[in-house]
Parts: sequence; structure tokens; C-alpha cells
Amino acid sequence: MTITLNHFSAAAVFALFTSIVFGITHRETTRDMLRYGVYCFFMFLGGALLAGWAMWVLRR
Amino acid sequence: MANSTTEKTRATPEPVSVMSVLAPAVGWLIPGAGHMMQKRWIRGGLLFVSIVTLFLLGLGMQGRIYKANGGDILDILGFIGNVGAGGLYIVTTAMDWGQGAIQFATADYGTKFMIVAGLLNFIAVADAYHIAIGKKQ
Repeated sequence: MTITLNHFSAAAVFALFTSIVFGITHRETTRDMLRYGVYCFFMFLGGALLAGWAMWVLRR
Repeated sequence: MANSTTEKTRATPEPVSVMSVLAPAVGWLIPGAGHMMQKRWIRGGLLFVSIVTLFLLGLGMQGRIYKANGGDILDILGFIGNVGAGGLYIVTTAMDWGQGAIQFATADYGTKFMIVAGLLNFIAVADAYHIAIGKKQ
């Protein structure tokens, strides 16, 4: 069985699971873990989108 | 006087407990188990699901598993990352999975997924150790 993800869904899956681990391991309280996890998720995804658009601009 | 002050501020070394050795070791073999054995069930469960899913997705995407090697530096680093997944890495190499030639672009993502899963497990192991020695709740 071969799983095929497109570039965006691969980035989203990566961001989701990595953010969960970062949130749990980098903060002390449950509230802080949740906040940091959400922050990491949007930073990962935002960074990927920004890098994608930057490459699109550079290619033109 | 100065001596007594320095002795007061000097941190006393933590005694090595069974849990501080066992939790990281079990946590390395089974992601999240180091937390679960210290009764952090939800954290352990989330770590298990996240790391195992990332690793299995990488395997499903036909990613490559690095074996022990003394060649290219990137191959050595890839091996270190993969080893972090512990039991998942042992089972995968024993079954000879993850050895296919990369045939499409997203298969390379699979390779990275498995390396990152291993590296995340290293962080989870360190966290389990910190809980065991009382540095973290």
C-alpha cells in the first residue's frame, strides 16, 4: 500500500503531529501546552505557505 | 562564610531512581510509554499517536530507512534520526521495510517523516526523564 499526499497535506500532517509533541514537551501547564501547540502549528503552516509564495515570486 | 554560601547555592545531585532510568528507556522503545508509566496518560497517548502515525505515514509513503553506516554524513545523521523511533525502527529493519528505491517526489517526504518521528521521540524521552527526576510536573 502506498500513501500519496500532496505537498500541502504533507506539510499540514507534519505540522499537526510535530506541534502536538512540541506543545507537550516544551511547556508545563495544560493551557500553555495547548497555546504553544496551536502557535507551532500555525507557524509551521504559515512558514510553508510563505516559503511557497516566495519561491513562486522568485521563479517569475 | 564564603564556603557555606557556595555550599548552600550548589545544587545537590539528584539520586538516581529506578524511574529516571526506566522511563526514558521504555519511552524510547515505545513512544509515549515513558509518560504513561508515570501516570501521564493523556500526554503519553498523544505522544504515541503523533510519533507512531508520523512514522507509519512515512513508511506508507515509501520513505527510506537508514541503516547503520560510516559513509556520507547525511546518511549517518539520517540513521541517528531513525534510531530515535526505538521499537518502530527495530521492527522496520527486522522486517526489511523501507528499503524501496524512491520513485516519486513525496516518497522523500516519507523519509523525512520517519527521521522527524525519531527526533521527536528523543524529545519525548528527555521530557519523560525530566518528569521522573521531578524537574517537570
